Amino acid sequence: MITITNVSKWFGDFRVLIDCTTRIDKGEVVVVCGPSGSGKSTLIKTVNALEPFQQGEITVDGVSVGGLGRGLPKLRARVGMVFQHFELFPHLTVTENLTLAQIRVLGRSKAEALAKGLRYLERVGLAPQRDKYPAQLSGGQQQRVAIARALAMDPIVMLFDEPTSALDPEMVGEVLDVMVGLAGEGMTMMCVTHEMGFARKVSHRVIFMDEGRIVEDCAKDAFFDDSAERSPRAREFLSKILRP
Amino acid sequence: MAYEFDWSSIARAWPYLLDGMGTTSFLVAVAMVLGVAFGTVLAILRLFGPRPVVALAAGYVNFFRSIPLILTIFWFFFLVPLVIRAVTGNPYFAVGPVYAAIAAFVLAESAYYCEIIRAGIGSVRAGQLQAARALGMTTAQALLYVVLPQAFRNMTPALINQTVALLKDTSLVYVISLNDFLGAAAKIGQRDGRQVEMFLFAAAVYLALCSLGTMGVHLLQRRGAASRR
Amino acid sequence: MTYAWDWLIFFKPSVTGEGLYGWMLVKGLGWTVLISLVSWLFALALGTVLGILRTVPDRWLAWPALLYVHCFRNTPLLVQLFLWFFVVPELLPLAWGNAIKQMAPTTGQFLTVVLCLSLYTAAKVAELMRAGIEALPPGQRAAGAAMGLSQIDVYRYVLLPQALRTIVPPLTSDFMNVFKNSAVALTIGLMELTGQSRQLSEFSAQSFEAFTAATLIYMVVTYGVVLVMRHVEKRARIPGMLGVAR
Repeated sequence: MITITNVSKWFGDFRVLIDCTTRIDKGEVVVVCGPSGSGKSTLIKTVNALEPFQQGEITVDGVSVGGLGRGLPKLRARVGMVFQHFELFPHLTVTENLTLAQIRVLGRSKAEALAKGLRYLERVGLAPQRDKYPAQLSGGQQQRVAIARALAMDPIVMLFDEPTSALDPEMVGEVLDVMVGLAGEGMTMMCVTHEMGFARKVSHRVIFMDEGRIVEDCAKDAFFDDSAERSPRAREFLSKILRP
Repeated sequence: MAYEFDWSSIARAWPYLLDGMGTTSFLVAVAMVLGVAFGTVLAILRLFGPRPVVALAAGYVNFFRSIPLILTIFWFFFLVPLVIRAVTGNPYFAVGPVYAAIAAFVLAESAYYCEIIRAGIGSVRAGQLQAARALGMTTAQALLYVVLPQAFRNMTPALINQTVALLKDTSLVYVISLNDFLGAAAKIGQRDGRQVEMFLFAAAVYLALCSLGTMGVHLLQRRGAASRR
Repeated sequence: MTYAWDWLIFFKPSVTGEGLYGWMLVKGLGWTVLISLVSWLFALALGTVLGILRTVPDRWLAWPALLYVHCFRNTPLLVQLFLWFFVVPELLPLAWGNAIKQMAPTTGQFLTVVLCLSLYTAAKVAELMRAGIEALPPGQRAAGAAMGLSQIDVYRYVLLPQALRTIVPPLTSDFMNVFKNSAVALTIGLMELTGQSRQLSEFSAQSFEAFTAATLIYMVVTYGVVLVMRHVEKRARIPGMLGVAR
């Protein structure tokens, strides 16, 4: 579904991504973790070309992301993204947030967009909030709406960029529950996250990044249980994150 | 003081003054609408255009902000007709002072509006544009439906302030003998020897109108601050 | 009708016998610079005081300052100029009024423009000063008071040094405004640069050359001021601090 081949990105002397290669198959749930500044957010943003890159190739469903130019919006419409700071459009109601892109990008009729949007809103458990403005919702509610907004586009893959990092602890659970449900339905997901509990429960593979490189790329069990086999950096990271 | 006031001179001059106020209002309305429109185009060009266009737009803005508005008005009143005569070969082409004034104001004020709008667009979180793009919107759609609505909401106080400044600037059409409100007051003052009453009245009216604008801005800002959690 | 270009017009003698046309422009520039500098100095002095007054807790000091600023910022500059030039002499006691009217015309015009522009600009400077002071963390005033400093000393040693540094950029653009606003002098007969360029265009029929020259001079001076102010800003910067109060 997604292939990332020898992707590098730099700003002058600063190397953000160094020769990253991996793939995500249909139905897989892959978690990307690592210390701050490791490049994980940048990596996930190269997949839908929100971040350009200087070297390498990325394909989504067979289409090369680098060479698209004008066709980029069409591709992005098929790739769903959820942001750390939710990024709901504050001047629009929840319903309008859900339907705007459906109508303007996918060309759906108002009725169709409304029906679909509300269906996903129901799915994330927020149907009564349909006429509220984002500022009137809690962080957890906003993020769930953001997930519904992305799902309403019927994406083939969902990208999550630290979806729970900006939430108060008691709201993290409600968002993770939605994500677990999605994974259970077979959605292809790539998540940058610190939530190792989620990773352990639901992911198929874990990618560990450090200083711009992919250091570990292995099955979930191998990452968590066979930690002796893992690199020193990965072990150090795990020991800090998974305090008993 | 030895001066004897005759306030009835204002009443006698009323129709003439009203006419002048009509001209002032016309100038302000047209210059504001066209100035904001052109200023928005300039702002978007400066923020999202290719490099040479950015430089051109920046040069335009800096040019109009570095010369007096009176000089700009003179350019349009005296020189543009000459240019158009040369270009079209029509030796009788003349530009009425109103249109010269409007052209001068639209071009000059759009430079100021551009800076305000640029700051307004800059005040919208970068993530908003990213989120719109991630949903598959083109840059144009993202600007139109997501960024600009928020930007304009943020910059309404600054826009109103600039429009109040525009109102004050329109008084400068005096230099091309155009009868706006100040021009009318000055003319009658001279004709009737009642400059004192006329200018005091004109000052009072401008003060009232501008105060409306600036106090409106204060109210808006206070309400905006209160509604932010 | 074709326009006859003559870029040498600046070196030709004026039909009014005042000397070369180019010299007329130079004289105009001289008036512009003189008006601008004198007005700016007065405006800075008065504006700083007013701005400080706007921020003091004492209402009897703060409110008159607010009223002043409001009135001078909400009437057009040209209207204010006409008030000073045409109206005030009539409203003064007879002796003063006559004395003013009997002044040499140029002196009268110059003093009026400077008075008007100083007071107008002082209101703007006052607002900048107020914004600069209010942008400082409230703790600064409290810390100064806690150390036992009098209110005057708090302003002198704590608030003003910081506020003045942050408002250098908007002050620069304000000075450029003074420079541009000096053009209103032509409406009461004082031929500064813009006025002279218009006269030049009328007497010589070389409008393009006249206005272009004036335009270029304004642009050069404006750019020069920007450069100087950037230098001033750099030298005044406090290491480690970025903020610019608007």
